[in-house]
Amino acid sequence: MAHGTAHHHESNTKRIWTVFVILSIVTLIEVVLGILKPEFLTDTSFLSMSLLNWIFIILTIYKAYYIAWSFMHLEGETKGLRRAIVWTAVFLISYLIFILLTEGDYIYEVFKSNHVAWDF
Amino acid sequence: MEATVVRTGTEGKTWGGGNEPLKSSYGKMMMWFFIVSDALTFSAFLAAYGFSRFKFMDSWPIADEVFNHFPFLHGVDAPMYYVALMTFILIFSSVTMVLAVDAGHQLNKAKVTFYMFLTIIGGVIFLGSQAWEWKNFINGTYGAVYTTGGNVLQFIDGDGHRVALADIAVPGASDRVEHEAKNGIWFEAEKALPSYSIEEVKAGFAANPDLLIRTQIMNEEGEKTILSREESLAKLDSEAIGVVEGANLTRNEYGPPLFGDFFFFITGFHGFHVFTGVLINIIIFFNVILGTYERRKNYEMVEKVGLYWHFVDLVWVFVFTFFYLV
Repeated sequence: MAHGTAHHHESNTKRIWTVFVILSIVTLIEVVLGILKPEFLTDTSFLSMSLLNWIFIILTIYKAYYIAWSFMHLEGETKGLRRAIVWTAVFLISYLIFILLTEGDYIYEVFKSNHVAWDF
Repeated sequence: MEATVVRTGTEGKTWGGGNEPLKSSYGKMMMWFFIVSDALTFSAFLAAYGFSRFKFMDSWPIADEVFNHFPFLHGVDAPMYYVALMTFILIFSSVTMVLAVDAGHQLNKAKVTFYMFLTIIGGVIFLGSQAWEWKNFINGTYGAVYTTGGNVLQFIDGDGHRVALADIAVPGASDRVEHEAKNGIWFEAEKALPSYSIEEVKAGFAANPDLLIRTQIMNEEGEKTILSREESLAKLDSEAIGVVEGANLTRNEYGPPLFGDFFFFITGFHGFHVFTGVLINIIIFFNVILGTYERRKNYEMVEKVGLYWHFVDLVWVFVFTFFYLV
């Protein structure tokens, strides 16, 4: 906000506290789920990961969205800058995660079922 | 020379030049691009952590059993509470940071000073908490025994509760002496010996028929496998070669060595970011007090350091998920 708009800048205090409440509630939900670990969530598997873990990851991305959009004020930037930041990260990170987790799972299978003993 | 002036037909358009298409100052944009590259670095670490975890899918430690300490609650099993508290501290310091930025937009020096101060305090508390977390992780609670294959064997009693090495070992079952530099040909000392030798633990284990061994392998219910008394004795006798207490970069009492390595490396790298964040915040804080930005009629520096601070918070949100929750 350096474009000389500093003179009449509206205060966003209300929104800041709203976002804080949202982030706190989401964190609380995560902690409670992490302590209780409800069985129907840990036992149900979706795309080879338990439902509970999916919930954790989705809630994390939800929190990350609020931090980036509200606290880091991405929502106020131009579309071009926002896309340069978000898409670059999202594409590269998704690819990295995909390739490394696939490889990790493959090695796990090799350890488990191959002829070579690794725990001797 | 007028003929050499090329007219592109894009004058006055967004990307036609003489214009700031992204409507962002140089400094802020570069802070963003730094953050993107730093985010990729952290992602690489976390993805590598995921790789190792998938590789040791059935033997990774259960986070709730490792991180279950809370200040002043000794011996109480308190999974997650402490790290949840740390998360709140960091989120709250992010809030005070954004409030400082907001006050900066209104050129309110007193408020910026106050909120910057709170942010720094929050960062320092977080760093202290992390140090305490590391202390617990490094010291460990129960201790374990490692095998020839590099696995960890933990001890439990008949009720399934963990038993510490101190309650098992029979002191004096062996007389292993710490090797000192003055005794050796190469004048190199060895690392401090663990409190108990493997022979002492073995003797104590054999003497107490109540004890069982818990391996690091997870069964179908997601719980660590517990061996029968006979299997435990056989396993301890044939495979156990050393005692491990707490964690270092080579071994830890929780499970695969990589677990400890990644914990130290990722939380350490994040902690280093928090540390530099606090330092930069302090510099900006003094600039605010000195009135540098007041004279400039522009508090954008606060905003830039704020971006970095929020990024540190953002990374913690992911570290929290992948180390403590998933």
